[in-house]
Amino acid sequence: MEAPIRAREILGFTLLSLLFFVCRSSPSHNLLISNAERRIDLSSHIVKVYLTLKVENAGSTPTSEILLAFPPTQVDHLATVEALVTKGKRKKTTIVHLDVKPTELPDAPNETKYFTIYLANPLNSGESTTLEVLYLFTHSLEPFPAEIGQSESQLVFYRDSALILSPYHIKQQTTFLKAPSTKVESFTRVEPTNRAGTEMKYGPYEDRPSYSFSPILIHFENNSPFPVVEELVREVEISHWGNLQVTEQYTLVHGGARHKGVFSRVDYQSRPSLNGVSSLRYLLARLPPRVHSVYYRDEIGNISSSHLRTDSRKSELEIEPRYPLFGGWKATFLIGYGLPLQDFLFESSDDRRYLNFTFGCPLLDTVVDKLTVKVVLPEGSKDPSAVVPFPVEQHFETKYSYLDVVGRTVVVMEKKNLVPVHNSHFQVYYTFKPMFMLAEPLMLTTAFFLFFVACVAYLHIDLSIRK
Amino acid sequence: MATVTNTPVSDLLKSFKLKTKQQELLIRVSILCLVYILAFIIRLFSVLRYESMIHEFDPYFNYRTTLYLTQNGFYDFWNWFDYESWYPLGRIIGGTLYPGLMVTAVLIYRILHFLRFAVHIREVCVLTAPFFASNTTLVAYFFGKEIWDTGAGLVAAILIAICPGYISRSVAGSYDNEGVAIFALLFTFYLFVKAVNTGSLAWSLASAFGYFYMVSAWGGYVFIINLIPLYVLVLLITGRYSMRLYIAYNCMYVLGMLLAMQIRFVGFQHVQSGEHMAAMGVFFLMQVFYFLDWVKHMLSDTKLFQAFLRITVTCAVAVGTIALGLGMLSGYISPWTGRFYSLLDPTYAKDHIPIIASVSEHQPTAWSSFMFDYHILLFLFPAGLYFCFKRLSDATIFIVMYGLTSMYFAGVMVRLILVATPAVCLISAIAVSATVKNLTVLLRSKNKGVLTGSTKGSSSSKASSKALLDQSQPFQKNGAIALLFGAFYLLSKYATHCTWVTSEAYSSPSIVLAARGAHGNRVIFDDYREAYFWLRQNTPADAKVMSWWDYGYQITAMGNRTVIVDNNTWNNTHIATVGRAMSSYEDEAIEIMRSLDVDYVLVVFGGVTGYSSDDINKFLWMVRIGGGVFPVIKEPDYLVNGEYRVDKGAAPKMLNCLMYKLCYYRFGEMLTEYGKPPGYDRARGVEIGNKDIKLEHLEEAFTTSNWIVRIYKVKPPNNRW
Repeated sequence: MEAPIRAREILGFTLLSLLFFVCRSSPSHNLLISNAERRIDLSSHIVKVYLTLKVENAGSTPTSEILLAFPPTQVDHLATVEALVTKGKRKKTTIVHLDVKPTELPDAPNETKYFTIYLANPLNSGESTTLEVLYLFTHSLEPFPAEIGQSESQLVFYRDSALILSPYHIKQQTTFLKAPSTKVESFTRVEPTNRAGTEMKYGPYEDRPSYSFSPILIHFENNSPFPVVEELVREVEISHWGNLQVTEQYTLVHGGARHKGVFSRVDYQSRPSLNGVSSLRYLLARLPPRVHSVYYRDEIGNISSSHLRTDSRKSELEIEPRYPLFGGWKATFLIGYGLPLQDFLFESSDDRRYLNFTFGCPLLDTVVDKLTVKVVLPEGSKDPSAVVPFPVEQHFETKYSYLDVVGRTVVVMEKKNLVPVHNSHFQVYYTFKPMFMLAEPLMLTTAFFLFFVACVAYLHIDLSIRK
Repeated sequence: MATVTNTPVSDLLKSFKLKTKQQELLIRVSILCLVYILAFIIRLFSVLRYESMIHEFDPYFNYRTTLYLTQNGFYDFWNWFDYESWYPLGRIIGGTLYPGLMVTAVLIYRILHFLRFAVHIREVCVLTAPFFASNTTLVAYFFGKEIWDTGAGLVAAILIAICPGYISRSVAGSYDNEGVAIFALLFTFYLFVKAVNTGSLAWSLASAFGYFYMVSAWGGYVFIINLIPLYVLVLLITGRYSMRLYIAYNCMYVLGMLLAMQIRFVGFQHVQSGEHMAAMGVFFLMQVFYFLDWVKHMLSDTKLFQAFLRITVTCAVAVGTIALGLGMLSGYISPWTGRFYSLLDPTYAKDHIPIIASVSEHQPTAWSSFMFDYHILLFLFPAGLYFCFKRLSDATIFIVMYGLTSMYFAGVMVRLILVATPAVCLISAIAVSATVKNLTVLLRSKNKGVLTGSTKGSSSSKASSKALLDQSQPFQKNGAIALLFGAFYLLSKYATHCTWVTSEAYSSPSIVLAARGAHGNRVIFDDYREAYFWLRQNTPADAKVMSWWDYGYQITAMGNRTVIVDNNTWNNTHIATVGRAMSSYEDEAIEIMRSLDVDYVLVVFGGVTGYSSDDINKFLWMVRIGGGVFPVIKEPDYLVNGEYRVDKGAAPKMLNCLMYKLCYYRFGEMLTEYGKPPGYDRARGVEIGNKDIKLEHLEEAFTTSNWIVRIYKVKPPNNRW
């Protein structure tokens, strides 16, 4: 079944590329890329692509927008695109991050998707600039064979194009692919193609017109486990009594080749280097410093296999799932910890308070398919607003916790397809009157007072009918 | 207790000064508060040592149903048909459980949530038993007060708060029916004794409701419904019949019976089952008695009355016997169940019902466990009985009967020590309280010469007269002091023993095993949960798991998968089928497993860790229970000269049966202990007899890190062509 599908896909790609050659109605012919170098890192399950572009304005009008093109199959797995320009010479270089936004073009051939890089200074006619672009793909390594036994190693496919898909004419381009080991089963040759150790070099190719495409397929060994968090819910609860309580609910799955047949504990224990090499034995979570009361549990109780190492700059929590995760195996668990509030809560200039916290998943090298961050503000806080460096879906909820009367406002932010790059800070602004802090203690004292009054009253009042 | 001696501090303080009575009240209330707290916190060892989790086997079912109740509401719970157990039969949950515990826990949960305490239902479940144990101490106080005096009540509260016999079933996490049932039991008894003492309808009504709660919580209510008639009968025989008794019993019985019928699991048993007939008989007897009393009152002629009495009694007995006989013959009244028989005759279960005999907590009690659970109470109990007999009243007769019958049952079955505990504590408390009181009275009378007479109760006058009488004896004061110290020493020994027993023996969840490592560090074996969680996450949602019935509740609660049999051992044939599969050869077993749609087989194996309560050690029971229904399974086939072994000398059938194969599959390659050959079973201390095990229809699906749980997958049948 596998082979015909793949053949069809390759055929599809070829047709696609042919079509690209046919319809060359690209919008901006005035730009061209004089030199492009692409390095694709395939060592983990997150595919990292470093692209260096030398862009030249060959037209007559200055422009500040540069388009990046992606085939529709890739854009679904695209987690992030970053672009930067290095300015200055030699030691005085500064890095300037550029805005990158997804763009729709009306006449995009074959549903090509675009991202626009906005330059800080418009590129005048005849000028050229060098851009560094980094983008990451998730779920782009397809295990083949799709099911492996315990003692087999994991082989995967990676599909891409030997030529960079671009709406511009590219004068010269090279692509390097780096596999995690020297065990490369096969790779498509698009001459000139070289392989040296773990690295494959496609190119240099000269003078390719815009929308050139040449599909390649690489089949290689990748024994690193593929930890994929299908769903992560992070709840950050602010207590103005000095604590920030974080609770993270994970649904973890090993996204690699599915486990097939027996799981033999005796083989797994006695020959760990040959057995279950791609299994997920432990995970490392990087938590903020000064973390306290860490727990690690699931629906049925505490999981005892975890270690916490703390120093002044960071805390590392090493967690082992209850059982080693083989391909396709799942585990759900919960991590919770407390943090000192003064490290994360600040007062802004306009008398508002804001929480400054990291957005992404603290587990290293993990893909998160869907992340929900919930910030539970203290009861009585008003006008919440969140500032996140990338687009997220936002809405508000109300949560009732201990001794709440009106409930706490919860700022809920959702984002799909996250990679560790998204572990940047976000802010939630709100106003809060310190008086509200006293509400709960006062309620408790009143309740106890009333209780004692009732006791006293009961002892002093005779309710019996008889005398 | 004498008049308050005071130094004039200030007028303000003087106005706050308490009277003797108030002082006594203050001390009493603070002691009770402390005991209440103590009873709660002594049960928290397991939470501190391990975590807030549900223990053992049955509590997992209770937890699962409670969870269902919180999520789906009462009506769904009541009508719940559980597909996840007893596949393919299923189980009607609403009609086959005592809902008292779950409803109680959910009620507490709802109240807490209403008061805005956002606790998880698991925490409520874990702490339900300690909470009710605390409440039991209060009931014990009032009960002691009712049958003796406040002092005895206080001592009873303290004794029951830390008595290991009760703690064993009420530590935090032991979320079982007994946790609330002992409270309900004692409460019902207390209310009934109160009703008998006062003859008040209100108290007997209350005791009927107490009985209702007990029926809703535990099958042990049968004890109440048999003890109370027995007690009434004894009172009748000893000529203590009174109007108070009549009111108390009739109201309690009629209302209690009607209320108990509302529990679906109990239904019409009160009028249909042999176990409940005694209560009904006594009820009618009571009416006859009342009638005779009335006739006697009306007739002045004693001779006439004697004749009438004879006729009436004969008629009543005849009618009763005929009714009972007809009921029995027509099948309307069911005969006694095996469990009831096994209570009366300890050897019954062993011969007739292996499934009851196979449960360790149904074994007859050893002397050592009496000592372990009661400690000094064992010696105080007879002393207390002596005091009770010395001051016989309706209430003391009740406690004596309760004590004696429950002690007998405690001797029959280990788990019934629990039922006897409140009685033992109360009677011992009487002994302690009476002794200490006598001694202190002796001391004080010596000091002051004259008793101030502020001591309450009828015993004080008796004790004081005794003290005066004994005044002539030499060293009396010293003797009293020495005896007081002796009592103090014994009681403090009791306290330390209880704490030690609780911390060492009764506070392990049995789901998580802990051991000492080579360097004195604590090693945790969390294999059960590892396996159950693996089942939960990595098997199809409708997978059917076959295991021995012990693990059924845990698999459904933690693994969330369908099981063939579980701890609700209602269908002996079904269990025997599983036992038969486990003790057959693989190719015979596969037929049985296919007929039951089994996808996974789970066995518990302790050979690597030396965990002794595993399936190999339970295996003979599987053979016996399987053989009880399917005669193809014969116990001698698995034994060699009547000996049960797993090494080379084992019986060939043993070495090749499914259970052996599943437990020891590839164990022959494993080095478990230094200096021993591979395949050395640490739980039994032998090298296994069959190291070359091949599985044809099953494959290893998962084995936990310490091999305690092994799960096998049933392979699909081979293609025919």
